[in-house]
Amino acid sequence: MILFYKTLTLIFRPPFDFRNLFKQIEEVGVKSIPVVLITGAFTGMVLALQSYTGFKRFNAEAFVGTVVALSMTRELGPVLSGLMVSGRVGSAMAAELGTMQVTEQIDALYTLATNPIKYLIVPRFLAALIVMPILTIFADVIGILGGYLISVELLGSNPTIYIRRTYDYLDLEDIYIGLLKACVFGMIIAIIGCYQGFNTQGGAEGVGKSTTRAVVLSSLLILIANYFITAFFF
Amino acid sequence: MWPGLAKIFSRNKGITSEPKLPMEDKKLADSASIPADTMILLREVHKSFGANHVLRGVNLEVKRGESMVVIGGSGTGKSVLIKCVIGLLRHDRGEIYVDGQEISHLTEEEWNELRKKFGMLFQRDALFDSLTVWENVGFALRRHTNLSDEEIKSIAIEKLKLVGLQNVENLMPAELSGGMRKRVSLARAIAMEPAILLYDEPTTGLDPIMANVINELIVTMREKLQVTSIAITHDMVSAYRIADRIAMLYQGKIIEVGTPEEIKSSPNEIVQQFIRGEVLGPITQGAEFIRQAI
Repeated sequence: MILFYKTLTLIFRPPFDFRNLFKQIEEVGVKSIPVVLITGAFTGMVLALQSYTGFKRFNAEAFVGTVVALSMTRELGPVLSGLMVSGRVGSAMAAELGTMQVTEQIDALYTLATNPIKYLIVPRFLAALIVMPILTIFADVIGILGGYLISVELLGSNPTIYIRRTYDYLDLEDIYIGLLKACVFGMIIAIIGCYQGFNTQGGAEGVGKSTTRAVVLSSLLILIANYFITAFFF
Repeated sequence: MWPGLAKIFSRNKGITSEPKLPMEDKKLADSASIPADTMILLREVHKSFGANHVLRGVNLEVKRGESMVVIGGSGTGKSVLIKCVIGLLRHDRGEIYVDGQEISHLTEEEWNELRKKFGMLFQRDALFDSLTVWENVGFALRRHTNLSDEEIKSIAIEKLKLVGLQNVENLMPAELSGGMRKRVSLARAIAMEPAILLYDEPTTGLDPIMANVINELIVTMREKLQVTSIAITHDMVSAYRIADRIAMLYQGKIIEVGTPEEIKSSPNEIVQQFIRGEVLGPITQGAEFIRQAI
């Protein structure tokens, strides 16, 4: 929490390092797009298959689109994107900063009159905060498309009804809640990854432990935070 | 896991247990209490890590333009000493003055200003892996000046020439040898033309020829840039070459300070054992098992 507070206060203090921010947006966001798209697509597709199997038992196949859209936007889009980005980016942050710690590069930043939190954590934090909602939108859209593909092309649902049911029952609030979750997950991933990296001790073994802790802890916190945000808006 | 946070945030903060003087009064008190030609002064500095009391009342004075070398065995607290001077570690008790300023009370902003007077060469060079050589050398210039990238690169190339390196500016640190990395690190340390240079084991891990190259560079830096320096080492060849004065740290205290000649002829048995590297003598740490064998 202290690191989170310190990071927030330093965000608004000049100098603003846009070069570093764009580099992190590329690392955290652009390079995560393929993995998030694949995750979203297959999640939407499997959701369509599973809901169709269940709904067919009481003749409610027409609502497959609704279930896919609501599940993707409210839960699976942000949560699965968060977990995937945590595995890909949170671990990389912990490993990179951990290596910098054990090789005295973070001490070197202090000696060069540079605050490591401002230089290393703020751009990563901002990048994760900015890109997580965007990645979630990608996951939502591709997931809904994946669900449509399976329902219409494979299971023979009526495309007009599928789209109509999706459109009718999906509110903007569902999307907002998902994006809010994505922002929170982005902050969790960056803060936990950076914190674990900053507190690495003991060489290569220490870097490995920090990386593992970063992924496990941020994944758990994402799932816990997800419940509480859902409960809050229930 | 959370105690680690204290480490992060303690670095830039002053010691809060002592009453804080108003800034102007503090500066007046600071400037009145130490001689004008003193660049760095340590008075009764203590530092502990849990039960391990590393520095037990260190007193040391470094004059302006002087090259001070601190010698001592492994684990005696040499690195801790210079890390306290530059604020990477916070001392527990005592006073440290840098250029007339007492550092215990400094805020984060004041530390950042003061650190612009410092350059530091790390034992493991501490180059930024993700930046090219010239970006490493020009790092502080990019952060603290409004110079363009072209201007910073040209200054970086000039500093690299000063340490005997050419046509390496676009390479990544991983493409360099150990000696070259050390020299790039030195170029980075002098990029902002600091008043004080700190060297942490500058010759460790280098072959004898490269170690001498670094020694000569350190001497050249002092002559060309007129910097005050503190080097810590257990390499006596290096110490004799680069020092105006040598201080020996033993059991958390400075037990002897003198010119290289004075140190060589010191009557202190501990100093004599250390500079000759003898196994038998008053220093026993680390040599117990071999002494039993002898």
